[in-house]
Amino acid sequence: MSLLELDQLEKSYGSVSALSGLSLSVPSGCLYGLLGPNGAGKTTALRILATLLAPDQGSVMVAGVDALQEPRTVRQLMGYVAQEVAIDKILTGRELLALQGDLYHLPRQDRNNRIDQLVDRMSMGDWIDRRCGTYSGGMRRRLDLASGLLHQPKLLVLDEPTVGLDIESRAVIWEVLQDLRDQGTTILLSSHYLEEVEALADRMAIIDAGRVIAEGAPEALKQQLGGDRVTLRVREFSDQPEAERVCQLLEVVEGVRRIVINRAQGYSLNLVVDGEHVLPTLKERLASEALDVFSLSQSRPSLDDVYLQATGRTLMDAELAVAGQRDPKRERRQSMR
Amino acid sequence: MTSPALATSSSQSDNRSAFSELLQETFALTRRLFLQLQRRPSTLVAGVLQPLIWLVLFGALFSRAPEGLLPGGMSYGRFLGAGVIVFTAFSAALNAGLPVMFDREFGFLNRLLVAPLRSRSSIVLASVIYITTLSLVQSLAIMVTASLLGYGWPGAAGLLLVVVTLLLLVFAVTALSLGLAFALPGHIELIAVIFVANLPLLFASTALAPLSFMPPWLGWLASLNPLTFAIEPIRAAYAGPLDLSSVLLEAPYGSVTGTTCLLVLTLLTAALFLLIRPLLNRKLA
Repeated sequence: MSLLELDQLEKSYGSVSALSGLSLSVPSGCLYGLLGPNGAGKTTALRILATLLAPDQGSVMVAGVDALQEPRTVRQLMGYVAQEVAIDKILTGRELLALQGDLYHLPRQDRNNRIDQLVDRMSMGDWIDRRCGTYSGGMRRRLDLASGLLHQPKLLVLDEPTVGLDIESRAVIWEVLQDLRDQGTTILLSSHYLEEVEALADRMAIIDAGRVIAEGAPEALKQQLGGDRVTLRVREFSDQPEAERVCQLLEVVEGVRRIVINRAQGYSLNLVVDGEHVLPTLKERLASEALDVFSLSQSRPSLDDVYLQATGRTLMDAELAVAGQRDPKRERRQSMR
Repeated sequence: MTSPALATSSSQSDNRSAFSELLQETFALTRRLFLQLQRRPSTLVAGVLQPLIWLVLFGALFSRAPEGLLPGGMSYGRFLGAGVIVFTAFSAALNAGLPVMFDREFGFLNRLLVAPLRSRSSIVLASVIYITTLSLVQSLAIMVTASLLGYGWPGAAGLLLVVVTLLLLVFAVTALSLGLAFALPGHIELIAVIFVANLPLLFASTALAPLSFMPPWLGWLASLNPLTFAIEPIRAAYAGPLDLSSVLLEAPYGSVTGTTCLLVLTLLTAALFLLIRPLLNRKLA
């Protein structure tokens, strides 16, 4: 049974369309990853889900409750950890959590017990009674996760929870999320880190230009692609004529599906092959032409390959394409009431 | 409004009444504002210091004003006292929107809006409670200082009138400031409006000089200025036995009694809250 259903969400800011028919179904008890480059519409989708933003069209159902009709009930069911952590610098972490607990109407004793639990769980004991203004990015994010968890929500929604974080904080957050999932909390997180989705998500959706373009378990998505990936270099830094020669030579080998010359990595060759058994043939063919092998590595398809297959470009390229186009001022205005 | 499927997660709120929830969230939000004040008391100190300087400097500047210049032959210090008390409350209330504006700008408001607040008026209510307390405390500090300077102290009934008048003014100005905090794009603009509104409203009132002292055009402005309607009752409360039916102001358009002053302030407050309500509803929807 799915706990969260987003159906055909549409949202535009002026003439800019952020979501164009985004649909998503998150099964109960699942850790669900939303993967996409910056500007794909992840944050807009999550803000709509958090009842901060009304969609132009479409519906949002959480545990059978219509979020657009009964936002208060949905807020009670949900913990939302935003991307830009807004904290009150003057308050201590504990005071902020207490405020949060009161906004969710926890009885005082429960509230305090719960805060102690979370302080312990997220190793915040050393600094929770210091003012938030002194916290590092990682501390703030942990505090924010704690405040999202205070009322033990059924559904936890996180927008890029570990972007720009130190290793320790990231490890703590990943661990907490995995534990929560094991205890039955449904988690939806957005990320533009492949390894984060890879490490955490039971299921995932790839979002591009405001729509879901691939959906499923990461393993299944990778398997669907089929074939193995081989990266071959005959010299550390080759050149175009040589790469093309090798390419022509190997193209005809049985079991080789596709070869791409990767200029950015010293004219290495990226091959898609039927399986491991093709490798010896490749080596033989190279040896027969007296070509050395500087490196030859083989791997199963990765999430990046899944992304490449679905969108026609790598996630890195998609990030670079929008890198210069973001307008922090406009984004802040959009999130302002 | 809770369906059976949700009973487990929202059980903590099932048995508690909506009112106690409203109380809890309003108290928590108010507490936050007071914690901020306690740890960053500069607003409180500046809010008392500025009117105090007015009182001392302006009081000294005009201490040799000719006898009979002021109505009832009162001393300038005593005359100025009422004006400075009102100015204190007014300035404090005018800043009511600033914390809200900062919360809007820095996203803290979104944190509040994601929570299942019983009513989002608790956000506005907390600001009103905070700023009312702050401005009354500041005004009281000025009253005590003024009395130490020998400018008098109102009787029990007079004190009640002072508090009621200040409350009305503070509510009205707070509504205005909160409205601006949601209507303007950022704190720079809000501070600019506060800066521009503050002093001219003081000068174009009867805080520093009586109507009889002003050129006709300024007299007109002053007798339409809401500050004047707060200053005159308070001045009367300081002057002697309380009589709200007596004429406190000989305005160009006619005589204004104490009752009229309070009525005008009440109507102004009600009108301003009605005016900003649609805006708040929209922004906090």
